[in-house]
Amino acid sequence: VYRLHGRYHEMAPNVVPMDYTKDPDVKLPMQLIINMPELKENPFKERIVESFSEDGEGSLSFNDFVDMFSVLSEMAPRELKAIYAFKIYDFNTDNFICKADLEKTLNKLTREELTAEEITLVCEKVIEEADMDGDGKLGFADFENMISKAPDFLRYYFKKR
Amino acid sequence: DGSDDNKEGSAVENEEAAKGTGQSWRKKATPRTRRTHDRERHGDEEDEDDEYGTRRTGHRRHRSRRRGRAAGNEASDSDMEPEKARKNQANQKSKEDNDEDEDEKGGKSGKGKNEKKGDKKPDKKGKKEKANKKKKDKKKSGSGSDSESEEEPITEEELAKLKEEVEEKKKLIATLRNKPWKMKKKLSVLKEAQLFVEKFEGALGKGKGKKFYAYKVMMTKKWMKFQRDFENFKTACIPWEMKIKEIESHFGSSVASYFIFLRWMYGINMILFGLTFGLVMVPEALMGKPYGSLPRKTVPRAEEATAMNFATLWDFSGFAQYSVLFYGYYNNQRTIGWLKFRMPLSYFLVGVGSIGYSFMIVTRTMAKNANDDGGGDDTSFNFSWKMFTSWDYLIGNPETADNKFASITTSFKEAIVEEQESRKEENIHLTRFLRVLANFLALCTLAGSGYLIFFVVRRSQQFALEGLENYGWWERNEVNTVMSLLGMFCPTLFDVISSLENYHPRIALRWQLGRIFALFLGNLYTFIIALMDEINLKARYLLSFTLEEEKIVKYNMTIWEASLYNGTIPENSTAPPIQVDPADVPRGPCWETMVGQEFVRLTVSDMMTTYITILIGDFLRAVFVRFFNYCWCWDLEYGFPSYSEFDISGNVLGLIFNQGMIWMGSFYAPCLPAINVFRLHTSMYLQCWAVMCCNVPQERVFKASRSNNFYMAMLLFILFLSTLPAVYTIVSIPPSFDCGPFSGKTRMFEVISETLEHDFPSWFGKVFGYASNPGLILPFILLMVLSLYYLNATSKSYKEANLELKKKLQSVRLEN
Repeated sequence: VYRLHGRYHEMAPNVVPMDYTKDPDVKLPMQLIINMPELKENPFKERIVESFSEDGEGSLSFNDFVDMFSVLSEMAPRELKAIYAFKIYDFNTDNFICKADLEKTLNKLTREELTAEEITLVCEKVIEEADMDGDGKLGFADFENMISKAPDFLRYYFKKR
Repeated sequence: DGSDDNKEGSAVENEEAAKGTGQSWRKKATPRTRRTHDRERHGDEEDEDDEYGTRRTGHRRHRSRRRGRAAGNEASDSDMEPEKARKNQANQKSKEDNDEDEDEKGGKSGKGKNEKKGDKKPDKKGKKEKANKKKKDKKKSGSGSDSESEEEPITEEELAKLKEEVEEKKKLIATLRNKPWKMKKKLSVLKEAQLFVEKFEGALGKGKGKKFYAYKVMMTKKWMKFQRDFENFKTACIPWEMKIKEIESHFGSSVASYFIFLRWMYGINMILFGLTFGLVMVPEALMGKPYGSLPRKTVPRAEEATAMNFATLWDFSGFAQYSVLFYGYYNNQRTIGWLKFRMPLSYFLVGVGSIGYSFMIVTRTMAKNANDDGGGDDTSFNFSWKMFTSWDYLIGNPETADNKFASITTSFKEAIVEEQESRKEENIHLTRFLRVLANFLALCTLAGSGYLIFFVVRRSQQFALEGLENYGWWERNEVNTVMSLLGMFCPTLFDVISSLENYHPRIALRWQLGRIFALFLGNLYTFIIALMDEINLKARYLLSFTLEEEKIVKYNMTIWEASLYNGTIPENSTAPPIQVDPADVPRGPCWETMVGQEFVRLTVSDMMTTYITILIGDFLRAVFVRFFNYCWCWDLEYGFPSYSEFDISGNVLGLIFNQGMIWMGSFYAPCLPAINVFRLHTSMYLQCWAVMCCNVPQERVFKASRSNNFYMAMLLFILFLSTLPAVYTIVSIPPSFDCGPFSGKTRMFEVISETLEHDFPSWFGKVFGYASNPGLILPFILLMVLSLYYLNATSKSYKEANLELKKKLQSVRLEN
C-alpha cells in the first residue's frame, strides 16, 4: 500500500498529501490516472477509471485507487474480476451490455478499422452466442457464464505487475 | 445519561476484567447494553454523514472511554468531553502511527507489489486491533482493575447463537476481498466484523479453557500470517521472474511463454545434473582410484604430448577424455571406497532413473496443461471471447499495443470471413495442385538433407580411419557444421515453399512447425544411424573377434611384459606383476566414450551456433539497420532487412532438440547435463538481453496457450525417440572390455542381476526370479493394455456426454 501511495502521490505531488491521518478528501482527475504507464496503452482505460470512481466521473480518491489495483492484481478472484469486467464494458452503465456497448467496445479494440457491416455482424454474433435469456442484450449472468468458460480470461485479462 | 454511563462503565469494567483475568462469566445484558450504547452514540453524531467517519469516531471514543476507566477516572460525562476530544486525537494519531508502521513494514518486507495490498489491508487492521488491544491490556494491568463482578453464566442457546454469529463474521472477513463494494464500505464492514469477533471470541471459551482458546486464536492468526509471508517469499524466489515479466509486457505472452519454457527446462536439467553429478561423478572422483592408477584412467603415452593443448581439450579428447566426464574413466570394481559404494549399479540406475524422471515430469506437465486448457477446443463463444478477452492487458509498450490492435483486427476479419462462408475457392484444382507440389518439394528437401548428413558422417569416418592429422579444420568439424547449417537454412526454405500453399495462417504455421520438426528429427536420426553403423561394425567385429582380440591384446601384453624381463617369454603367465606405468599399457577400443564425445561436441557446437546466430543475425543486423539507415537508398527499417522478430517456434524447437541430444548422450557422458545447465543459464541471459535490445514485437501475436501442449507433445516424442538408442545399446550390445563400469560383462544390465545375487537376501532373488517370469509379465502387460483401453473409452464417453449437454443448452437457449 505504501508503494501505491507513492505512485498516487507522484502523479500530483502538490495535491496529494503524504499524511493521511486527517483523512483528506483528495481526488485525482481522470486525465492524470490514464497517463499512468500501466494504463496508457489500454483502449479501455477511461472505462476502467470510471468504473472504480466513486462519483462516476472518473476522479479517483486514494481508496478507489487502491480498489482498482487490487482488482487488477493477480490475487483477485475470478468472480470479482468478472464483475468489474462487466462494469468496464458497460459503457452506458445501465447494467446491461447492449448492442451499442458492444459496438463501442469493438471500435476501441480495433481502432475503428472494421467496416460498418463487419461491426454489425460481429455484434450480432456476440449477442447470439452469449445471450441466454433472449432479451437482446447481455446481462451479468450471461456475461459471467460466457467468461467463465474462456480459457484466456484470467491469464491475459487482468494480470499485472 | 449518568446512570447509563455508570451501567456502561460497569459493563466496560466487566469487559476488561473478562479479558484481563480470564474469568468465564458474562453478563447477559452486556452485549446488548454495549450495542444500544453504540447506537445512542451514533444518534449523537448524525450530522457526520460519513459512515466510515462515524464508525471511527465511535470506535475511538469507545477506546478512550476504556482508557479513562482504567486510569480510574470517574469524571462525569461533561468533564470527559474535552478529554475525550484530546484523547481522540491522541488515539487517532497513535492509530495512524500504527498504520504507518505497518505500511513501512509491509513495504520493506515482501515485495510491496500491487497484489499485496488486498492482503495487507485486512492484515493491517488485524494487527492494529491486536496492537491496540495489547496497549489496553498493559494499561489495564497497570491500574488496579477491580475484578469484582457478578457471575452469570449464559445459557447454551445464547452461546450457540453467539458462536454462529462469530462464525458468520469471520466468514465475512475472509470473503470481504471478493465483494465488489467500494473500499470505504469494505473497510467499515471489516472493522465492524473484526470488532465483533474480537469482543466475543475471547469470551466464548469456557472456564480455564478460555485463555487457551484465546491463545489458540492468536496462534492461528500468526500461522496464517506466516503462511502468507512464506507464499510471498516463495514467489520472490522464482528465478528470473522480473525479467520474464518485463519481456511479457513488451512482447506479449507468446514470447514470454518461450522463456517460461526455457526456465522449466532449466529446472529439469538441474535435477538431471544433480543426479549425475551427485551419484556418479562425485563418488568416482572422491572414492574411485585416482587418475593414473589404472590404464583406462590414463592418457596413453602416444597422446600425452598434446593432452593439455587447448585444441585437444576443446575437442574433448586428451585429459578431458580420461576423466570423470566420460564413460571410459569408470572402473568396473563392484564397490569403491570405504562406503562400499556400488559404482556400476549407481551408474546404471542413474542412467535409467534420469530417463524415467524425465518421462514422468513431461507427462505430468502435459496433464496439467490439458486441465488448464479446459479440456480442449471450445468454439461456442468464439466471437464473444474475441471481443472480451483478446486484449492482452500485460502490454505497456506502444509498439506492442499497435501490433496487438492490428492482430485483433485481423483476427476479427478472419473470423468474419469464416463465419460468412461465402468465400468461394477459385480454382480449387489449382490450389490442390499447388499444395501437392509444395508437399513434394518439402519431402525432397527433407530427403536431401538426410542424405547429405549420412554422406558427411561416412566421410568423417573415413577421415578418422586415415588419421585426422592430415585434414584441416573443415574436415574435422564437417558433421557438426553441416548439421547446424542445415538447421539454419532449411526452415527458411520451408517458409518459401509454404507460400505456394495458400493456407490459413494458423494452419500454415502448424505445417511449418511440423516440417521443421521432421527436418530436425531426420537429421538427428540419420546422424545416429550413421554412428550406429560404425558402432555395429565395431560391435560385430568385436563379437566375432572378441575373444580373439582379447587374447591378442593380452598376448601382446604378456610379450611386452616379458620384454621387460630381458627378452625371455615366461612359460606361464603367473609371473609376478611388474609395476608398469599405466600410460604405456596397450588399450582396447572404447566405443562408449567415443559416442559420448560425439554428443558433447555436437552440443557445444550447437551452443556456439546459436550464440553466433543471435549475435550476428539479431544484434549486428539491428546495429546495421539503425546506423546505416541514414545513408541508404531505401528505408531500412520498413523494408528489407529491418529489425528481426523473435522467432518463437524456431527457438522452442531448437531447445527441444537440444534436450533430446542431452537425453541420448547422458548415459555415455555424465558431464552432458552439467554442460547443458551452463548452456541454458547463459542462453537465458543472452536471449533476454537480445530480445529486449534487438527485436521488435511480432506482427502476428499468436496465442501461447494452446501451443504449450503442442510443444510438450513434441518433447515427449523426442524423449521417447532419444531413449531408444540408449536402451538398445544397454540391452543388446556388449560393453567394451577395457573401459567403463560394465567392462567384463556380456550385457550392461547384468549389473542388476549381480547385485541381486550378492547384496540382497536369497529369498529376494527368488521372488524376483518368479516375478520376471514371462508367465507373470505377459498377463500384467495384458492387464495394463485393457485398463488403458477402458480409460480411453470412458473419457470418450464423457466427452460425448459433454457435447450432448452443450447442445441441449444451446437448444434451450434458442427456445427462449
